[in-house]
Amino acid sequence: MNRFFDLPSDLQHDWLGLIGLHLREALLPVLAGLVLSLPIAQLCVRFRWLYAPVLGVTTILYAIPSLAVFVVLIDYTGQTELTVMIPLAVYSLVVLVPAIVDGVRSVPQETLAAATAMGLGPLRRYFQVQLPIALPAIIAGLRVAAVSSISLVSVGMLIGNQGALGNLLNDANIYHRPELAWNSVLTTAGLAILVDAALVLLRLVLTPWMPRGTGRRGSRAAAEVRPEPAASAAEEAAR
Amino acid sequence: MNVLHFVNAFFSDGAHWHGYDGIPTRLAEHIRYCLIALAVAAAIGLPVGLVTGHYGRGGNALAFLATAARALPSFGLLVLMTIMVGFGLLPVMVPLVVLAVPPILVTTYESMRSVDPSPVDAARGMGMQESRILLQVELPVALPLILSGLRSGAIQIVSTATIAAYVGIGGLGRYIIDGLYQRDYEKVVGGASLVAALALATLVLFWAAGRFTVSRGVRRGA
Repeated sequence: MNRFFDLPSDLQHDWLGLIGLHLREALLPVLAGLVLSLPIAQLCVRFRWLYAPVLGVTTILYAIPSLAVFVVLIDYTGQTELTVMIPLAVYSLVVLVPAIVDGVRSVPQETLAAATAMGLGPLRRYFQVQLPIALPAIIAGLRVAAVSSISLVSVGMLIGNQGALGNLLNDANIYHRPELAWNSVLTTAGLAILVDAALVLLRLVLTPWMPRGTGRRGSRAAAEVRPEPAASAAEEAAR
Repeated sequence: MNVLHFVNAFFSDGAHWHGYDGIPTRLAEHIRYCLIALAVAAAIGLPVGLVTGHYGRGGNALAFLATAARALPSFGLLVLMTIMVGFGLLPVMVPLVVLAVPPILVTTYESMRSVDPSPVDAARGMGMQESRILLQVELPVALPLILSGLRSGAIQIVSTATIAAYVGIGGLGRYIIDGLYQRDYEKVVGGASLVAALALATLVLFWAAGRFTVSRGVRRGA
């Protein structure tokens, strides 16, 4: 077990360093995806006909294997972290756009009318009423996007050790040290679960008005088991 | 330097169309892996999702399971399984199944929960057994969402099966990994466009499946 954290020097990082690198490579793209998808989702809410084609395009982009995008991007961005992060940001759109659209659409008309009657302009109405109410749906989308992003970073190992914790997998092979592969898988999974839990916590802090008791069945169903955002999105697309 | 130029060059080279490393062989391998993985994932996710959704219990446990399965890195699992089990199809199937079970399971559960309770109550009032209620009342209504869960799992499998080439298994990933090592971008782009086309075909297939299997009444209501 001692050798579990005894990492080969070609990784250029210790265990904690790899974790930091992994988190940066996984979460910056999700953040970029969020910044991108907020205006895209707003456009889809504003112009309904736009939603189906946007969903179609993001789904097709999502279907392109990450490895292929990495290799093609090397021509433009080299064997760098950026090459790994660009596709991850694009992938996060397929989850985030429908999540935000669903969330913003779920705001009741009366609430919007009340906000307008109180004299809120469109911008303040968006930031102070629509976004907070849509927050649980957005965070549900962020959870799925962040967890899958953390899992996907490992593939970056194939383009010249840009996979953070995934780089351990190659070393496990070339040095015949299976414990490094265990380390990679367990640490990555642990990170994903921790980030997921942190996002749940963030939602609890940011939406104090939501019911949070675990005793009442109704509130639990409403608050914790959100439908897969992509699923409700697919339902929308079928219309 | 244009991607389209590479695609054209790849597909117009006759050598890519036959033999051991030909497009038909690799495509058939890829499709075979995907079908096996999807079948296993559906065999796990569908029954569990249908039954838990029908009784409305275990939603939190399912959400936790799905998160845990999503947290497992596919690529890491692939390499780890290969180190543990050795060369073969099993180490490739495990990560693909782990990848596809969460969307299938969660969407099936949610689709069953979102079925309008009044026809279910009517069916129960008419004296239908629970199993018949599940299969003849709830399933047809939930089908569009269940299909979307299967579709999302299938797309992820199609795109992720490419990493199988790293551990010496065939499939379309062969072109991408070999192209990477040989600095042959034509091969990489060709392989990637084949995978994307296969994913697109999967979308079309599920759309058609929805057309044929979802009853007209449910479709109109949606």
